[in-house]
Amino acid sequence: MNKKFGIKEVVAVGIGTALFVVLTTIQIPIGIPNTYLQPRMAVMAFLAAVFGPVVGAIIGFVGHALGDAIFYGGVWWSWVIPEAIAGCVIGLLARKYRIREGGFNTRAIVLFNLMQIVGNALAWILVAPALDILIYAEPQDKVFIQGAYAFLGNIIIIGILGTILLVAYSKVAVNSKDLKKED
Amino acid sequence: MTRLISYEKKDTWIHRLSGFTKLVFFLVWCITSALTFDTRVLVVMLGIGVFIFLSSATKWKQVDSVFRVILFFMVLNLLFIFLFSPYEGTKIYGTRTELAALPFGIRLTAEQLFYEFNVMLKYFTVVPGVFIFLVTTDPSEFAASLNGVGIPYSVSYAVAITLRYIPDVQDDYRRIRNAQEARGLDMSVKAKLMTRIRRVASIIFPLLFSTMEKIEVVSNAMELRGFGKRKKRSWYAKKPLTRTDKGVIAFVLLFMAAAMIVTWADGSRFYNPFQ
Repeated sequence: MNKKFGIKEVVAVGIGTALFVVLTTIQIPIGIPNTYLQPRMAVMAFLAAVFGPVVGAIIGFVGHALGDAIFYGGVWWSWVIPEAIAGCVIGLLARKYRIREGGFNTRAIVLFNLMQIVGNALAWILVAPALDILIYAEPQDKVFIQGAYAFLGNIIIIGILGTILLVAYSKVAVNSKDLKKED
Repeated sequence: MTRLISYEKKDTWIHRLSGFTKLVFFLVWCITSALTFDTRVLVVMLGIGVFIFLSSATKWKQVDSVFRVILFFMVLNLLFIFLFSPYEGTKIYGTRTELAALPFGIRLTAEQLFYEFNVMLKYFTVVPGVFIFLVTTDPSEFAASLNGVGIPYSVSYAVAITLRYIPDVQDDYRRIRNAQEARGLDMSVKAKLMTRIRRVASIIFPLLFSTMEKIEVVSNAMELRGFGKRKKRSWYAKKPLTRTDKGVIAFVLLFMAAAMIVTWADGSRFYNPFQ
């Protein structure tokens, strides 16, 4: 990452987090109890893939904490921190995806999905249950099953919605660039 | 859409505190609550929380709907803990006092009840802090105070933008959803998973793309005004720390120290009334 945290990143974090917070209450039930697909995760993955790991991590961290506080009146730090980790891992290879250059091809799609699976596994199967046990001393079975469901829900929604959003945006971004050249 | 907790201008000693103080208080409070599992400490924390909540002149109506959501999740969580591990309390406290027999050969133990009571207390100690923080802190002052605790100003400014844009994005969301519904978006509850995802996507697509456009416009405007040129920036909304501020910060730090001493006095983070 030789590109530092510039103005565009500051604004992307700001407005991206606002979008993440607004989408907090939109959840799609998938029939497994207590498990929902969270479209906001796809939005976070999208922004992380476009703007990089720092943007992904901050949107995850601030967005989750703020969303929790505004809609649920408490902050569950044991799930806020993993969100930041997921956002960071997904954004790590942002430059390889080449989304704004229109290079989001099959190879990049596979890479993006590999990274999101790794990031989500790290966050929800490892870190979130560990923090739940550490902070709240909750039963092991419960936290790992919860974590596994969160992992499942997140990789589905990011895999489908996140990928579609990125493919579409990658095409649009290139088109608008072409227009600029013709000017 | 659910009603949000939001800032309301009033004039109490809590509103007059600097955002920096409230942030430090909130974070130290969260850390203390995360570290301890001592019932006595948790009860005192809850008491202080309720006291502060009352003296902030917050009307119950402002937080009522959110409070109900908390209660719902709390009950669900406690129930799940019991279902997955009905003897967790026995494991923690090392004794087993059976109170009643439940179906499927499960016994209700006093230890389990006490453990779940503690989990509940632990969640509740943070709730008044969140309410007060959100209701009494001016968003633009909040950004200034984030910078005050040593977070780089670019990140603090990003948070300020977030707070500024949440209502805007919410309006966009409603507008787009209404437009899609008017175009005959399938809103039936019994739809297949892919249909549900497509439905959400038809709202998120325009919302996200208009967000990307907004990012472009706002960052261009900031660039023109020379944002990020210098290493430091000043904040219009920053309040200097008063004596009350310093008193509150000193109090919360002392409280944390005392709470840790009381908690670890017997070498365990749990308070054990059973031995």
